[in-house]
Amino acid sequence: MCGICGCGDTQTLEDKAHPHDHAHAHDHDHAHHDHAHHDHDHDHPHDHDHHHHDEPQHAHAPGLTKTRMVQIEQDIMAKNQSYANANRAAFAARGLFVVNLVSSPGSGKTSLLVKTAEALKGELPLAVIEGDQQTGLDAARIAATGVAAWQINTGKGCHLDAHAVGHALEHLPPLQNGILFIENVGNLVCPAGFDLGEAHKVVILSTTEGEDKPLKYPDMFHASDLMILNKSDLLPYVDFDVEKAATYARQIHPRIKTLTLSARTGEGLDSWLTWLRTGATHARAVP
Amino acid sequence: MHEMALCEGLLQSLEDQAQSQGFAKVHAVWLEIGALATVEPDALRFNFDIVMHGTLADSATLEIAEVDGHAWCMQCSTNVPVKRHGEGCPQCGSYQLQILDGQQIRIKQLEVA
Repeated sequence: MCGICGCGDTQTLEDKAHPHDHAHAHDHDHAHHDHAHHDHDHDHPHDHDHHHHDEPQHAHAPGLTKTRMVQIEQDIMAKNQSYANANRAAFAARGLFVVNLVSSPGSGKTSLLVKTAEALKGELPLAVIEGDQQTGLDAARIAATGVAAWQINTGKGCHLDAHAVGHALEHLPPLQNGILFIENVGNLVCPAGFDLGEAHKVVILSTTEGEDKPLKYPDMFHASDLMILNKSDLLPYVDFDVEKAATYARQIHPRIKTLTLSARTGEGLDSWLTWLRTGATHARAVP
Repeated sequence: MHEMALCEGLLQSLEDQAQSQGFAKVHAVWLEIGALATVEPDALRFNFDIVMHGTLADSATLEIAEVDGHAWCMQCSTNVPVKRHGEGCPQCGSYQLQILDGQQIRIKQLEVA
């Protein structure tokens, strides 16, 4: 049950990906109520007529009908924002440094997280929330390192939202003064618009992609504070121009930092670990 | 795809407003969308009809006003309009822009009964 909204947990969660084996007495069979984050099944959007002009009372001239105008100023992202704010407050109370990893599929987010988990697990409390449409494969890869991981399956959803992340926290061991990684759904578009309560979005671009991605997907690069250029070990074999990628990213977001590394070989990993340690130090809650 | 989620958020806002402002039917929705918002107005219109079907806003019309964003240009030291990310200052061409607004997806008014 959600402590913030009181709703039932609406995401599909895979217990097999759970790194520890205590019983979860969460009831997920509450009566469904309308909720902004339900995964409504709209598989057949063309089944009905989109042009409903057959309603006789449907007239827009005020005065002719009993309609009235209501002035409101409300952002439709306000709901997600309120969950994100609650997450951020919860993270701050626990002294957690929270990063939201975003990229297209296949850039190496999970590989980077596995290497990061192995490097930092003896030093800082760590946990990972994994987001994918299906499977618990990524959480299982993280759990194999000994770091707690929880998988959110978004089903048809294309992004994680702050509500789902708030629920995922309930399934992770209580973490204090450490780092929580949120690996978003591999998608360079939608996750840009959803604040999860993180300190930073970190966008990962791999050298097997084009260096012009910051220009093609500007929303994500604008939303991110750090760009990681992964798969640097492949640079001799591909036409990727590191300088151009960094320039394009700064064109979208003047203050974005760039780190070049290879999750596979470990080259350049130290600068990423230093960035994380610095963030964790600043986030630490004063006892 | 996420326009569907945005429309569901919009529907929830309409239902909340229906409770607090005492109406049962929404005939029209006016939205203001900033040029830098992570939403495509056409995709939003398409999903709007689908999501609102069978709800208090079934058959409602959706009016979208697209408005410029604004940024502080560090070269010009002035507030300039921005139509999209990565375009640079319309006055001097610099990319040293601090985005001030333009990411909003806001309900402005409703016609209700």
